[in-house]
Amino acid sequence: MYQVSRWSAVSTQTVLIGWAVTVIFPMIWMIYSSFKTDQELFFSPWAPPVELQWDNFARAWTKAHVGDYLLNTLIVVVPALLLTLIISAMAAYVLARFEFVGRRFLFYMFLSGMLFPVFLAQVPLFNLVNQLKMLNTFHGLILVYIAYSLPFTIFFLTGFFKTLPTEIEESAIMDGANPYQVFFKVMLPMASPGLISMGIFNFLGMWNQYVLPLVLISDESKYMLSQGLAFMLFKQFYENDWSALFAALTIIMVPTLIVYITFQKQIQDGITTGALKG
Amino acid sequence: MRRNKYGIILPFLAPALILYSLFVIYPYAQAMYVAFTKWKGLRKSPRFVGLDNFEKMLGDDQFWNALSNNLIYLVFLPIITLGFALFMAFMISQKVRFSNFYRVTFFFPQVMSVVAIGILWSFVYHPTIGIFSSLLKAVGIENPPIWLGDPDTALWSIVAVTVWQSAGFFMVIFMAGMLSIPKSLYEAAALDGAGRGSTFFRITFPLLWENTRSSLVFITVIAMDMFGITFTMTQGGPDRSTDVLATLLYEHAFLHSRFGYATSIAMVYFVIVIVLTLLIFRVTRRETIEF
Repeated sequence: MYQVSRWSAVSTQTVLIGWAVTVIFPMIWMIYSSFKTDQELFFSPWAPPVELQWDNFARAWTKAHVGDYLLNTLIVVVPALLLTLIISAMAAYVLARFEFVGRRFLFYMFLSGMLFPVFLAQVPLFNLVNQLKMLNTFHGLILVYIAYSLPFTIFFLTGFFKTLPTEIEESAIMDGANPYQVFFKVMLPMASPGLISMGIFNFLGMWNQYVLPLVLISDESKYMLSQGLAFMLFKQFYENDWSALFAALTIIMVPTLIVYITFQKQIQDGITTGALKG
Repeated sequence: MRRNKYGIILPFLAPALILYSLFVIYPYAQAMYVAFTKWKGLRKSPRFVGLDNFEKMLGDDQFWNALSNNLIYLVFLPIITLGFALFMAFMISQKVRFSNFYRVTFFFPQVMSVVAIGILWSFVYHPTIGIFSSLLKAVGIENPPIWLGDPDTALWSIVAVTVWQSAGFFMVIFMAGMLSIPKSLYEAAALDGAGRGSTFFRITFPLLWENTRSSLVFITVIAMDMFGITFTMTQGGPDRSTDVLATLLYEHAFLHSRFGYATSIAMVYFVIVIVLTLLIFRVTRRETIEF
C-alpha cells in the first residue's frame, strides 16, 4: 500500500484513542461510582470510592427491585426468543422449500411488517391486548414480542434455507423420513448458523425492548428491566438514593459487557448482516 | 416431496400467520382507521371525524415544535454520525495498530439498552454529580451550562449521546463494505501515486454506495424515533425543547387518553419515514459498480 507518514499514523492513533476513551470512560466512571456513598457522589464526582460500599448493590437488588426486574425479563425473553426461532424457522422452511399458491404473497406480507414503526400500532395494540385480558401479563408480552420479531426473522431465515443444499434433504426422504423428521432432524441442525445469528439479534432486541413493555405493562411488580431502570431514575427526584441507582446500572451493564466481549465477533456479525440485509 | 405437501405447509405456517395477523397486521390496519376518529378512553368507542385530527394538528404548536426537533435530528445526525463513522472506518481499515480493539470498543454502546445509556448520560451531564461540568470547570470554564436542564443545550446534548451510541455501529457497517473492495484497486491507485485523501474519495467512497444507502435509511429511522433516549433523559423537556413526535404522541395516548389524535400523529410520522426512505432509494439509485 501507499506510504503513510509517521505524522499521520500518530494523528490517526490520537483520534482513535480519544474516541475509545470517550466510549469507555463513562462506563468505568459508572462502575467505580457505584461503590461510593451519596456524599462522595455529590462532592467529589471524579474521585474513586474511599471505601467500597457493597450495600449500594444490596439496596439496588432488593429495595429497588432490580432482582425482580431481572427475573421478570428472563421469564419473558427466554420463551419469547425460543418460540420466535422455532416458529420463524418452520414458516421460513416452508416458504423457502415448497411451491404453493400464495407463497409470494405470504412472504411479502411478512416482509411488510418491517416497514411500519411500532408507534403507529401502539394504540390499537394496547386496546387489543386489553380486550384479550392480557395487559399486565407475561404471556401477553411474550406473544407480542414473538409477533413483532417474526417479520425480520422469517425474512432472514427464508434466505438462509434457500442457500442450503437439497441433496441431504432428498436422501432423508428416500430413507423414508416423514416431513417433520426431515425438518427437525435434518434441516434445523443445518440451519443453526442462521438460527444463532437471529438468536443474538432478537435476544438483544427483546432484552433492551422499552416501548412495548411501557405500553403493555403498568403493574410495577411486573416491570421489565429497562422499564424498571427508567422508573428508578424518575423516582430519584424525591427519593434521593443515587448510589443505589449507580449500582443498579452497574448490575445491568456488566453482564451485557461480559456477554458482548465473549461473543463480540458473532454479535457484530449478527447485527450487521441483519442490518445490511434488512 | 409432492406427497402430502399441505400436510406440512399448513401446520408450519399457522403459528406464525396467526400471531402475525392478530398482533401486527390487525393493529396496523386498525390504526389506519383510528387516525380519522375521535377516541377518548378505552371504555368509549372511536367515532369517525374525517380529517378533523389533521386539521387540529395544523394549528397545534406542540406538534410543530416536536416535528421541528425531529427535523433538526434529521439534518444533523446523518452528517455528524455518518461522517464520523466513515472517517473512523477508513482509518481503522488501514492496518492501523490495535484496530481490533477499536472495532470492539466503538461498537459496544450499540448493544446497550437505550434506557441504560439515557440514565448513564443523564448522570454524566448532571450539574453536581456529573463529571462533564466539573471537567469544564477544571479547564477554566466558570459557568458551564446545565446541559439537560437548559432549553438551549438539551437537544444538542441528546445529539451528542446519539452520536456516541451509534457511530460505532455505522463504522462497522462501512468497514464491512471496505473489506469487500479488492486490494488490487488500492495497489493500482498506489502505483499511480494516489495519496490517502484521493484514494478515499476516488475509490473507497464510491464503492461504498450500498452501505451508505442502508446507513442513511437507518439513521433516518433513528432521527425520527428518538423515543427511548428522550423519554429517559428529558421526557421532552425542559419546556418541550426536546419533544419529538414519538414522545408527543405517547403523551397524548397514554397520559391524556387521546387515542385518535395520537394515532393521527403516528400516521404523519409513518408517512415521513416512508417518503424519506423512498427518496433515499431514488436519489442514491445509480449503476452499481461490479468488481
